[in-house]
Parts: sequence; C-alpha cells; structure tokens
Amino acid sequence: MAHDADILIVGGGLNGPCLALALSQAGFSTVVLDALSTENRGADAFDGRSYALALASTRLLAALDLWDDLVAQAQPILEITASDGRAGEGPSPFFLHFDHAEIEEGPMGHMIEDRYLRQALLAAMEADPRITHRPGARATAQDTATGASVTLEDGTTLSGRLLVGADGRQSGTAARAGIKRTGWEYGQTALVCAIAHEKPHNGIAHQFFMPPGPLAILPLPGNRSSIVWSETHAAAAKLTAMDDAGYLDHLRPRFGDFLGEIRLEGRRFSYPLGLSLANRFVAPHLALVGDAAHGVHPIAGQGLNLGFRDVAALAEVLTDARRRGEDFAALDVLERYQSWRRFDTAALAAATDAFNRLFSNDNPVLRGARDLGLGVVNALPGIRRRFIREAAGLAGDLPRLLQGRPL
Amino acid sequence: MNTATQTVDAGEIAKFEAMAAEWWDPHGKFKPLHMLNPTRLDYITAQIAAEFGRDLKDASPFAGLRLLDIGCGGGLLSEPMARLGADVVGADAAERNIPVARVHAEQSGLEIDYRFTTAEALAEAGEQFDVVLNMEVVEHVADPQGYLTACQQLLKPGGLMICSTINRNPKSFAMAIVGAEYVMRWLPKGTHEWQKFITPDELFALIANAGLTPVDRKGFVFNPITWTWSLSDRDLSVNYVTASTKPA
Repeated sequence: MAHDADILIVGGGLNGPCLALALSQAGFSTVVLDALSTENRGADAFDGRSYALALASTRLLAALDLWDDLVAQAQPILEITASDGRAGEGPSPFFLHFDHAEIEEGPMGHMIEDRYLRQALLAAMEADPRITHRPGARATAQDTATGASVTLEDGTTLSGRLLVGADGRQSGTAARAGIKRTGWEYGQTALVCAIAHEKPHNGIAHQFFMPPGPLAILPLPGNRSSIVWSETHAAAAKLTAMDDAGYLDHLRPRFGDFLGEIRLEGRRFSYPLGLSLANRFVAPHLALVGDAAHGVHPIAGQGLNLGFRDVAALAEVLTDARRRGEDFAALDVLERYQSWRRFDTAALAAATDAFNRLFSNDNPVLRGARDLGLGVVNALPGIRRRFIREAAGLAGDLPRLLQGRPL
Repeated sequence: MNTATQTVDAGEIAKFEAMAAEWWDPHGKFKPLHMLNPTRLDYITAQIAAEFGRDLKDASPFAGLRLLDIGCGGGLLSEPMARLGADVVGADAAERNIPVARVHAEQSGLEIDYRFTTAEALAEAGEQFDVVLNMEVVEHVADPQGYLTACQQLLKPGGLMICSTINRNPKSFAMAIVGAEYVMRWLPKGTHEWQKFITPDELFALIANAGLTPVDRKGFVFNPITWTWSLSDRDLSVNYVTASTKPA
C-alpha cells in the first residue's frame, strides 16, 4: 500500500506544523495541508498578535530544536499580577502576585510574537525531508473508513494511515467526520492589539478583572506590550468601529498610567469569545488537536498551550504504539490520546469558564468575595505555587516532550 | 488475495471477516486481551531488543528474526511482531482461528504464516525459531512439562522464549476466575481451571527442566481505577510473564 505519507495533517497554523515536526523526530512522514498561502503565513511585519507560551510549551519548542533561535525574540514573564478593578478606579487593594522565583524552573513563560513562531515553523518544515508542506491546499472531502484520505479543492486526493484535524474551532475535519461539538458563547468579544509604551514593563504580566471582562497586559520585548481586552459584543463593536485615537482613549483609563504614554503597534483584532469542545477527540484513523478539539476562552492564554499539550501527547502515543508494533491509527491506540487529554481539557475549560463568570460582573457581593478570594490565595504560598505551576504548564501527567525529553 | 483464502467459499470468507472484526474490536469480546496487549508488547519488544541487540527506534528492528507465536488467536501479537519486521509463524490449535487471523493480516497488509498446528507438531517437524512467544497458553495444556520441552526444541541455540501465565493463589482465583469470568464477564465461564494455574517458582522449575535458562520475570498488574495494566518487578500475584534463553 503506497501512501503519500504516514499521517495527513489538515491545518497549517501552529499546532499542525508542530505536530509534523514532533512526529518526524520519531520517523513518521507527514503531509501538512494549509488552506493559507506561504506569503500569508510567513509575513514579516508584526501584525499585533502574540502568544503567552507556558514553560512546558517552550520545552516542546526546545525539543523541536526551535527554541534556541526563538528565545532571543521572546520576552520572559518574570511576574504575574492579577487584580480586581473598575474603569477609572484602579485596582482593588487585594491582588494576586506570582513571582517566578517561587518555582525552580525559571520564568513562568515567554511572550512571543506570532510572526516569529510562524516563520520558525515554516523554515523547519521546509528543511525536514519527512514533511511535505502544501500551502494553499484546502481539504474538501475525506474518508477514514479503512485508512485516511483527503481530497483537495483541485480534485487531488492524498492518502495516509491517519488523518489529524488541526484546523481550528470550526474544524472541517471534525465536521466531515460527523463529530458534534458542545459549547456556548459568552456574549463577549476579545479585543487584541499591541502597544508601545514610555516606561518599562519589567517583565510583569498584569491581569485586571473588569466588570465587562478581563484585561491582560502581557510584556513583549522592548517597551511594548500585548493587550487582550474583553468587552460585551455591543461595546466591542463600537470600539472596533473607532479610529486608533478613539480606541486608545478608551483603553487608557482601563489600566491607568503606570506604563506612561501609549500608542498602537500593528493591527487591531477582535474575536468573539466562546467555549467549543468536540464531543470526541478521536475516531478510527482520525484525531483532533488544538482548537479543533477544544476552543477555550483565552482568558489565561492557555489555548495554544493546551494545543501544544495535545501535540506532545499525540506524538508520544503514536510513537510508543509504533515502537511496540501496534497499528498506530487503530481506535484503541487513539483512545489513549483521548483519555490522556480529555480530563485536562475539561478541567481547564470548566475552570476558565467559572473564573470568567465569577470575575466578569459588577455584583457587589461577588466583587467582595473575589477580592477576599484573591487575598486568600495570595496569603497562602502553597496554593499560590500551585497556580504558578498550572500557569507554567507544569501540572498534570506531562508528555515526554513537555518535560524536555526526547520521544 | 492469497491462495489459502481462495480455497474456501465466499460465504465462509464473510464469516471469517466478521470473526476477525470481533477479535480486533477493542471494546468487544476480547477486550481484556486488548487492554493487556500494550503491556505485553512492551515486555516482549524490550526483551527481544535486549537479547538480540536491536533498537526499537529503527524502522524494522526485528528484521531477520524468525518468530513463532503459539496460540496466536486472531493475531493480536503476530501482527505487531510482523510490523516490527520479524518473519512470523502464528500457530493455533483451534482450527477456526487460522482463516480469521489470515483475513485480518491481509486487511492489515501484513505477511504472516498462520498454521493450524501445535508446538509439539512443529518441534517434531524440526522447525527452528529465534523467538518463541508462549503467552497465556501453558495454563491450558494437559502436560506443561512436555509442552515446554517442545518449546525448547523449537528454539535455535541462543534463542529467547517469552512465557506468560497466571499464578495459583487465593488472589488469582478471585481475580482471574471470579472477577474476570463471573463478575466482569470478560471471559466465558470455564475459560480457566484454577488447579492448572502455575506459580512462578513452579514455572521456572518446569522451564529449567526443559533445558532453558530463566532470565527474567515480571508481574502484569491491573489498575482498576485507570483500567490500565502495567509491569511490576514485585507483584507477580496474578498475571505474570517470564523470559528464558536457550544456551548457545
């Protein structure tokens, strides 16, 4: 049986290429189908998007030989503060403070701009003889009855043993396989942009819990920060319609003047927030990773980190199966990946959901409770350390790649 | 389609395909074997790799090794061994298993020599192997000593036998018979007879009497919380596995 590759990956974003690189290390050949063109993926200019990579995620990138080059372009997150606030009033006196000095592994994470990550992944895929990267290739049909095959828009059909959907929360791969999703909208939109500011951020990430939704200020290299700002759909639509000056006028009072004068860098983005979980992560000859399996609220920047955990877990399950001679695309093998990831995903989705509901309202009773709660967490080093380890991605049963070990 | 399946009619093949699907359904009738299989394979692959100096990271680590799987059933062990490059003969004393295993190997694109025969008959015919897999068989045979002697004859000098079975004690009676056959209904009632179970020391003595050198033994331990099996150095109280070699 001649196949185009062992594994066909639909989705050329971040999880798809990472999975291809991880699998290549274990000897699997892959085809990565990306609906976007390379010019689109590899654009040089900073477009305003960036990611908070947990420590475990940087270990995955290190295991893929990407991190040594990326670290120079990344900003370490040395401290995290979280506080309750209302526009114009500044933060409440109760706040959480996490310092990386409390865990021995180093910085809790790094901020990296989307463009650097994308370019590094593209270059690594091009250099890898076991990876066939097909930009501008949109999958329109698939068959996973006895093996895996995908038909592209131009009529070409590719075949392999396993199909992986890494095609986002509106995964066509999942839909074509008849996998239903559970989820809901929050009635909120996340506004994302990058700013340049006058004063240094000192590597501190701030999270302010505002009644309409959280505001995160995440440090980028230099005097720049990434802003993730949640508002109701209506308020967000108004802000999106404003010009840059009007947008900044509304942003400024939300976090005060501790960074000095601010201006926009790159474009402004907006994403409606919602939770979208696939009812199954696997089927015979099929697996879902990243947002295709679970689109979580990006409140704690955990979306990409969860995706990288999927990548590391799936690569490990497939590698171990092949080394023991099992059919790596068989359902019982894939179910090991599902049971490994499902609990983690459900727990984080439930936690971020509850967290967001608790913090995103103006009820004075809840406001009092959460101020007290933040104070209590801050006062207890044991609980605080657990939060830090969770934020750094070090909690739970870690795949080998996330421990910095080879497959 | 190979010649062996051409000798039976189409209706028979449909029946064998249905039986193969049953053997290979991880949630079906053979669920306990499927649950145990990764752990069995971890042990088997590690022992073969160590004995013959192979690297499991290679594409075809068992290339050049001739391997016999006794009591092959639907091919749950034969297929992984063939996938790792071994030249596999699968033998089963139950005639109906042979075409079933053949149909599935063909669906998997693997070449495996499945035969309706016994270890004793193969030994008499002078067949020789680098590896003999003797998994969950010895507790079912009438004459364990005679059977293990046949296994010894089947090994080339320097060859390796992996043999797993069930210990004999109150716990194994509770787990393997009351638990697996009566409570969980994993296995048909009467699958096992407790008095035929063998303790690790008895098995090592039988193996040594047969002319092999026992080199390793480990327990297969079931975790009822995670529903997974793992290998244990110390807990051989129910299911366990051994490795022995034939002096070169």
